[in-house]
Amino acid sequence: MPRVHIPAPARDLTGGEVELELEATSVRRLIGALDERFPGFADRVLEDGELKPGLRVAVDGHVSAMGLLAQLEPGSQVHFLLAIGGG
Amino acid sequence: MAKQRIVSTSINGNPVEFLAAPRQTLLEVLRDNLDLIGTKEGCSNGNCGACTVIFNGRPVDSCLVLAVEAEGGELETIEGVAPTDGLHVIQDAFLGQAALQCGICTPGFIMSTKALLEENASPSEDEIRFHLAGNLCRCTGYDKIVRAVQQAAEGVTN
Amino acid sequence: MATVEDRQFRVEPFPGGTPGNQRLVEEGRLPDYDVVGTRPIRHDGTDKVTGRARYGADIKLSGLLQGYVLRSPHAHARIVSIDTSKAAEVPGVHAVCTNADMPSADHRAGDLGEGIVDWYHLNQNVLANDKVLYTGHAVAAVAADSVHIAEEAARLIEVEYEVLPPVLDVREARGADAPVLNDDVRTDLQPAGETGDTPTNVAKHFHYEKGDVDAGFAAAELVIEREFTTETVHQGYIEPHTATAFWSPDGKITVWTSTQGSFMIRMQVAELLDVPISKVKVVPMEIGGGFGGKIAVYLQPVAAVLSKLSGRPVKLNMDRSNVFDATGPTPGSYMKVKIGVDAEGKITAGEAELLFEAGAFPGSPINPGCMCVFACYDVPNGRIDGYDICVNKPRTNAYRAPGSTHVALATETIVDEICEAQGICPVEFRLKNAVKEGDERVDGVTYPPVGMWETIKAVELSDHWQSPLEGPNRGRGIASGFWFNFGGNSVVAATVNEDGTVSLIEGSTDIGGSRASVAMQLAEILGIAAEDVTPTVVDTDSIGHTDVTGGSRTCHATGLAAIKAAEDIQAQLCQRAAMLWDVESEQVEYGDGATLTGPEGKTISFQEIAGKLTQTGGPVVGRGSVNADKHGGAFGTHIADVEVDPDTGKVQVLRYTVVQDVGTAIHPSYVEGQMQGGAAQGIGWALNEEYHYGDDGRLHNASFLDYRIPTCYDLPDIETIIVEVPNPGHPFGVRGVGEVPIVPPPAAMANAIFRATGVRMRSLPMSPPKVLHELLSSDG
Repeated sequence: MPRVHIPAPARDLTGGEVELELEATSVRRLIGALDERFPGFADRVLEDGELKPGLRVAVDGHVSAMGLLAQLEPGSQVHFLLAIGGG
Repeated sequence: MAKQRIVSTSINGNPVEFLAAPRQTLLEVLRDNLDLIGTKEGCSNGNCGACTVIFNGRPVDSCLVLAVEAEGGELETIEGVAPTDGLHVIQDAFLGQAALQCGICTPGFIMSTKALLEENASPSEDEIRFHLAGNLCRCTGYDKIVRAVQQAAEGVTN
Repeated sequence: MATVEDRQFRVEPFPGGTPGNQRLVEEGRLPDYDVVGTRPIRHDGTDKVTGRARYGADIKLSGLLQGYVLRSPHAHARIVSIDTSKAAEVPGVHAVCTNADMPSADHRAGDLGEGIVDWYHLNQNVLANDKVLYTGHAVAAVAADSVHIAEEAARLIEVEYEVLPPVLDVREARGADAPVLNDDVRTDLQPAGETGDTPTNVAKHFHYEKGDVDAGFAAAELVIEREFTTETVHQGYIEPHTATAFWSPDGKITVWTSTQGSFMIRMQVAELLDVPISKVKVVPMEIGGGFGGKIAVYLQPVAAVLSKLSGRPVKLNMDRSNVFDATGPTPGSYMKVKIGVDAEGKITAGEAELLFEAGAFPGSPINPGCMCVFACYDVPNGRIDGYDICVNKPRTNAYRAPGSTHVALATETIVDEICEAQGICPVEFRLKNAVKEGDERVDGVTYPPVGMWETIKAVELSDHWQSPLEGPNRGRGIASGFWFNFGGNSVVAATVNEDGTVSLIEGSTDIGGSRASVAMQLAEILGIAAEDVTPTVVDTDSIGHTDVTGGSRTCHATGLAAIKAAEDIQAQLCQRAAMLWDVESEQVEYGDGATLTGPEGKTISFQEIAGKLTQTGGPVVGRGSVNADKHGGAFGTHIADVEVDPDTGKVQVLRYTVVQDVGTAIHPSYVEGQMQGGAAQGIGWALNEEYHYGDDGRLHNASFLDYRIPTCYDLPDIETIIVEVPNPGHPFGVRGVGEVPIVPPPAAMANAIFRATGVRMRSLPMSPPKVLHELLSSDG
């Protein structure tokens, strides 16, 4: 199962859980599964059905260009990060 | 605006007459009136050297010279540096040593280098750094610029 | 497999460079390329050494008007009224505009790829109509026959202000009594937290936590906690901002400007002027430096509005004081950082509280600051809180590895203090604690293969580190730094010419030689010479969406697009050869030496087949389009030798070496140039540069005379050691190179100053008065 890293500010929803394994084949489905288990999680990361402005999803350490559409493998590691502006 | 005046000068070996208002700097006239856009504006108050031209044999910040002061003078700009059949050794050296990144300061550095090497054909590194301290570059850290001037000095000497 | 510690390395000259340009080589592993790693003359070089290259201010158009922008004299004031009637009557004036001439904007977030922008805030930054939030904030603009007429007319514009108290310091600005700059700002806890409900200057609070921080500190033998401050600094590009625009009667807007990202300018202009992006064409002129400061719009939408009102093209140029007053800068900061180590010198825990100036509107690089503060080291337990705080200074912008330089000052000087206290060599400490593949940052992300350890190894093996530094008041310091780099969207199209050359077009504006490094990657794949590729940067109507030249992304991502375009050309040429030989295209191979081979020993060269395109189906165009996301991170470690004048506090840099993992150096000269230039900027930030504000919020040093960037007389030779730990996310292993070299210098200098004087500097800049003050205080 993919493993998702819960950002520190959202751990109030997960009872302090930092990392979870959840059955999901895409980031969108993963968020759905998280929200089912921890109601309110989707509101923290989504706005109008899309990732909140500036929020990014990293899969296996790389910020995915696909966002919600990124596909997940059984061992994928998922992080929620903010976009980083370079110089 | 105040009345314009005719200014007679020599630019890159050619006699040039232009009209200038008393308030106009040489930099403004070179760029806006004479289309010599190779001379760059970085600060307009004599602190960056991007607008360096050679005026009567000496490097000057053209933003600090009033255009009317050029009357009767001899000016050399970046447009006059390369011979018709190629590049000047200084220009070759800047390319070969990768002594430019964005390139906006490069014409000014080349003019200052030309003035230096005309005065001192084999400067030490310290002399090069002292002479070029009026030209700011924000991209390179100056290392490769100094190498280019050293290479150019060898080319001038040989 | 051998562990990294068992591998054998040496430092040797990088071929084609000067003796100060070196590389770290691992025994038995040398890259083998034909074009990559060589030093061809850059394609745009001749234009730039002869003055023919055209930068933003060099555009000439028929009927061109010149503009002037009226700016606020106050740091914080409400605009009561603006009366432009007298200006409009001046002979030679063709248009006057204020914010009222732009479409109104609402609070919507725009995603610029690398970050977000609130369109209302950007609208207000371009031309204020509600409040001015810093001296130099634009309030109105005039277009006239000459810039002098425009300036005289602009001075007749009457603006009535209700002056408000300014707040300039982040600690004051977050206090409950501080004047609030933007009444729409609420504290947004991120990532994935909740948003506050009261107006505040604290726009964002980032919170990261890993492991058991309290237990980590409890397990430490030594815990050091220190406070640091840095001042507001500017990117300091030599070319001021400039924009020329023409709003055609058919509704199309053309903008000629120097920018790091023409497509980002297109998006911002279209959004602020409420027109579709297809109605905006941005023509990128050569750009005279940016470093992160030429991504946001300032003049472009204003020039367009003036053009619409006048029916003529309008050019707006900033002067240098405008650039300092109203663009850039990068934030000043307050930081409190704590690190614990065990008896063996292994880090057990880290904690950081970071306050960054956002400037007038939210958006400081506080988040990358949070993510970089412990990024160089394996920190098992960590807690990081970062705050983005509005103050009455210009809206801050990215500056080379934004946020990372600040935090490196804190972490790297504490690390040095730990080494001093525990009697550990700073190289040994870093080798022991350096992050490696698989290590997890405090934000939870694990590292792909990275070269932090290798940069320390290169320091250890360097002539600089091994040469003793002698003499009074002299000291040597080292410091490391991290930057993420970026991938993003890039498009390349490459046309094969009949003479066997390739014309390459790209959307990445070329700040520091990227045309050459992109062309070289295409040449490497095709097996042709770099000189046989002609790269051109084209406008937004001529190529696909390409993200900014920033984030150290161009050589990586646009390079990837060039590689894809080259592979596309190879595939098409194989089909053409198959047609010529009457075989299947699968039977043709594009091999080394730019030769295509088929069955029965058939061969044809790239040059030959390029001449046979017309009879085999027409011209061949290769396409490469990527949204790259495997850019790999970059680490650097610097060595600084300084001498401190005990009478004046002046710090002289005696010797300086930049060591950096670049993945693979495509054009080593321009890689070295990035390393040297970044270091020079970092040295300026360390020793001299700062915005001086009066209590009234006015900037007192808006010139290159008073905001003093390093000259060549201030700096020594800057030696380089290129480390090449290939990035698995790029066929040649390219990481970004441009940003991380600015990160270590302030900390390296502070550590060197300590070794020279016994004084710890924790406040930038380490200018003569401040160093002298510390010297005198420590004596007393």
